[in-house]
Amino acid sequence: MKKLSFGKLALPIYAVLAMVFLLTPIAYTIMFSFNDSTRSNTVWEGFTLRHWAQVCNRQDVCDAVTNSIVIGVISTIFATILGTALAIALVRYSFRARSLVSLSLFLPMATPEVVLGAGLAGLFFNAGVGAGMTTIIIAHVMFCLSFVVVTVKARVQTLDPTLEEAGADLYANPRQVFRKITLPLLMPGIISAALLSFALSFDDFIITYFNSGSVTTFPKYIYVAAARGVPAEANVIASAVFMLAIFIVLATQIRGAIKRSKLAKS
Amino acid sequence: MAFAAFGGGAPAKDNSTKRKGGPIVLVLILPGLIYLGLFFMTPLLSLLVTALESPDPSGAIGAYLYDLNFGNFATVVTQYMPQIIRSFGYAFAATVFALAISYPLAYFIGVKLRGSPLIQRLLLTLVIAPFFISFLLRTIAWKQLLSDNSGFVALLHNLHILAPTSYFIGTDAAVIFGLTYNFIPFMTLPLFTNLERLDIRFLEAASDLYANPRKVFRKITLPLSMPGIISGTLLTFIPIAGDYVNASRDFLGSSKTSMIGTMVEADFLQNWNYPSASALSVLLMALILIMVTFYVRRSGTEDLL
Amino acid sequence: MAKSNAFAGADLELIDIRKDFPGFTALDDMDLTIPAGQFFALLGPSGCGKTTTLRIVAGLETPTFGQVLLGGKDITAAKPHERPVNTVFQSYALFPHMTVLENVAFGLRQRKVADAQKLAVDALNLVELGHLAARRPQQLSGGQQQRVALARALVNRPSLLLLDEPLGALDLKLRRQMQIELKAIQLEVGLTFLHVTHDQEEAMDMADIVAVMNKGRIEQMGAPEVLYDRPKTVFVSKFLGQSNLFVGEVVEKNATSVSIEVGGNKITVDKKRAEKHTGKIAIGVRPEKADFHEKKPKLSADQIVIGPGEIIDIRFTGVSNQYLIDIPNVGEITVFAQNIGKSPEVELGAKVYVSWRVEHSYGLSDLPTGSSEA
Repeated sequence: MKKLSFGKLALPIYAVLAMVFLLTPIAYTIMFSFNDSTRSNTVWEGFTLRHWAQVCNRQDVCDAVTNSIVIGVISTIFATILGTALAIALVRYSFRARSLVSLSLFLPMATPEVVLGAGLAGLFFNAGVGAGMTTIIIAHVMFCLSFVVVTVKARVQTLDPTLEEAGADLYANPRQVFRKITLPLLMPGIISAALLSFALSFDDFIITYFNSGSVTTFPKYIYVAAARGVPAEANVIASAVFMLAIFIVLATQIRGAIKRSKLAKS
Repeated sequence: MAFAAFGGGAPAKDNSTKRKGGPIVLVLILPGLIYLGLFFMTPLLSLLVTALESPDPSGAIGAYLYDLNFGNFATVVTQYMPQIIRSFGYAFAATVFALAISYPLAYFIGVKLRGSPLIQRLLLTLVIAPFFISFLLRTIAWKQLLSDNSGFVALLHNLHILAPTSYFIGTDAAVIFGLTYNFIPFMTLPLFTNLERLDIRFLEAASDLYANPRKVFRKITLPLSMPGIISGTLLTFIPIAGDYVNASRDFLGSSKTSMIGTMVEADFLQNWNYPSASALSVLLMALILIMVTFYVRRSGTEDLL
Repeated sequence: MAKSNAFAGADLELIDIRKDFPGFTALDDMDLTIPAGQFFALLGPSGCGKTTTLRIVAGLETPTFGQVLLGGKDITAAKPHERPVNTVFQSYALFPHMTVLENVAFGLRQRKVADAQKLAVDALNLVELGHLAARRPQQLSGGQQQRVALARALVNRPSLLLLDEPLGALDLKLRRQMQIELKAIQLEVGLTFLHVTHDQEEAMDMADIVAVMNKGRIEQMGAPEVLYDRPKTVFVSKFLGQSNLFVGEVVEKNATSVSIEVGGNKITVDKKRAEKHTGKIAIGVRPEKADFHEKKPKLSADQIVIGPGEIIDIRFTGVSNQYLIDIPNVGEITVFAQNIGKSPEVELGAKVYVSWRVEHSYGLSDLPTGSSEA
């Protein structure tokens, strides 16, 4: 066993401490979803599963979550379609407006949410469009678009263009090449882009707050409830989402690792 | 940039041969571009227009007329100078702390753990795990953990770091703490992407040429990781400057820690003072655009995405 | 009505092809005719334009100028999926998300050929990979992937099969084996093969006709033996095998031959084997056709003798010994002596004369770079 000097241990110890720091609020949130509390969920009063069992006891929490899910799904669909098209164009084709497109996609990521939120709210107000589900979805598609493009773009760049040439060489017209070769090979990237887009939409607060009118999303619910005290049901939802997300991420990574070791063995 | 990390390690520079643009390019980019034009560019323009409006003579709340009232900007700057200074001060401090905390972490995962990609990926997942839980709840968690009755504050009292009548929540420090925490992943990911591609042989060559570890870091590692540091800094500083949740009274702040965002929200949604809110937003956006322009001048637009 | 699988064999013609890329011209003034049923090799160094030519035939590039005719029909504007031409790519380009069998059947399914599955299985058996039909390409070795790529193209019985340096990524032994197999398949199936390569041994071994390309145009074309025995340009003489070159003014001419004088030596070439008969010309001879002697051999009409010179390097390569002989005012001459047991026993520094038969000289149409025109 090699002798481990302090210098060698410093980084790993630091990393562990940093991880603990990062995960503390998560642990706290999950823990307090089991708190036997009634109104304010700030003091530990005992362990219970009833919030998990009857999460929709607080109808307002469930309504907010439902809204967030609906918004997330619809925004994701639009953002993914528009974003995938842009990503393919940026990687595969050379055209004069490249710089413009790159900049137009980067700027939303660099613009503070207050500016985006206020701007959109002003636009809708001037256009006479009432704030509600539609305006929220429009806003979400807008800021998710850039993230979808970045994610899919990375995947398109790893796609060997010779494969599409081979498809054409083998009598597939451009539409067939796209359907049978390009799209299937891009699918993992498109799926991660969609998941990212959904996550961003589900967790968005500032832009939504400016453009939601009377509609409540899950983050908006928490913000408003923060003054009085966030009920444990909200913790339940957040913990469930967290565990689902972690599960998906870990599952894909483990699946990838298994696939790689299977290929290596054969 | 940073978000390449989301895609799972994209190549650094795109050298692929491209086909010439034809009609298909229009089909691909036009829907997205039009959407952005409508719902990103237009709102920004609309902000500018609103920022120049003047109150309607009728005096009704929320009623304004189109005008070229540049005076709104002057008003906003003088009225909200404390918030402006505070926002950029917080952003600067939080960015520096985030960098200090993230760099060793990114270095550890990106350089030291290259031998075990599975553990690398696992740790990376843990780093972005906070993203998977609502950031409002994360902030509330800290608010409870560091609240006036918490063991943390008791410790500070015992160590005489805090006076017996002062507390942590509601101070500048608390807001900076919250901002730093929430944006660590934004700093870590670009650093990681950059350090992961750092060629170890440079470090070995430097050691071979008689440089001790401190010198190797200062003269080789640090300069080579500069692109990651810059993009991480941009990705952290900009959103922080516009944030207001952490600083909010209901979270980690108090009425004395309001930021630009707080004022925009107040003016827009509560006071219905649209010109004021818009002018402030335009100001914030302008300052950020200046920073982005510096960055783009340095590295061009190809690397942005 | 089920479509039959095979396309008719047809001649391929490239007429006056020019291909410009931003900043350079890859092909200029290219003319080429490939008769049906031949194994045709396009040989040249990297950057000579051979891959560009292949891509133009496949339809993956359009020429800036010129025509492509297949069986007399102008297909210059036809898209790749409209041409009865298939390609075996250098990187194989097997679809990773499909099984080996689905890869092979892909072209058949696109053309809606009946019994696509059965034909694909037959093609896989032809390349002896029937047992791997259900695997993914990533699970196969390089040599196996190469054979799947071949089967995938062959199964469509194209009028013309294009092979883009298909053996480049294989190790030596596997490459030799695949060369034999490819040639056998071509003969058995009777298709026209256009094989692009930079390996001159490979081209000479497999092809019926070799075209040597340099800087965007074809320098010489013909059967391998003809090209080797009588190269017409300096480039071909050095790219295909090795050459000793002599440059000089024509000093003697008669009915059958032409001679130049180099450093006091007379070097003769048959008029029938010389491209140029006047002025300053280059004459070459292959090293294996030359001999060296310690005693000056008797002069005769059909024998050239030059020298004396000094042996400055000897290399042993197993099959032969390679001698480098420096002759003053002439240059460094390479002579190969086959290792048949009674190698001449000479050492470095020995004084020798070099000789060869006149009928083995060849006269080139151009001069090596560095020698100015007269």
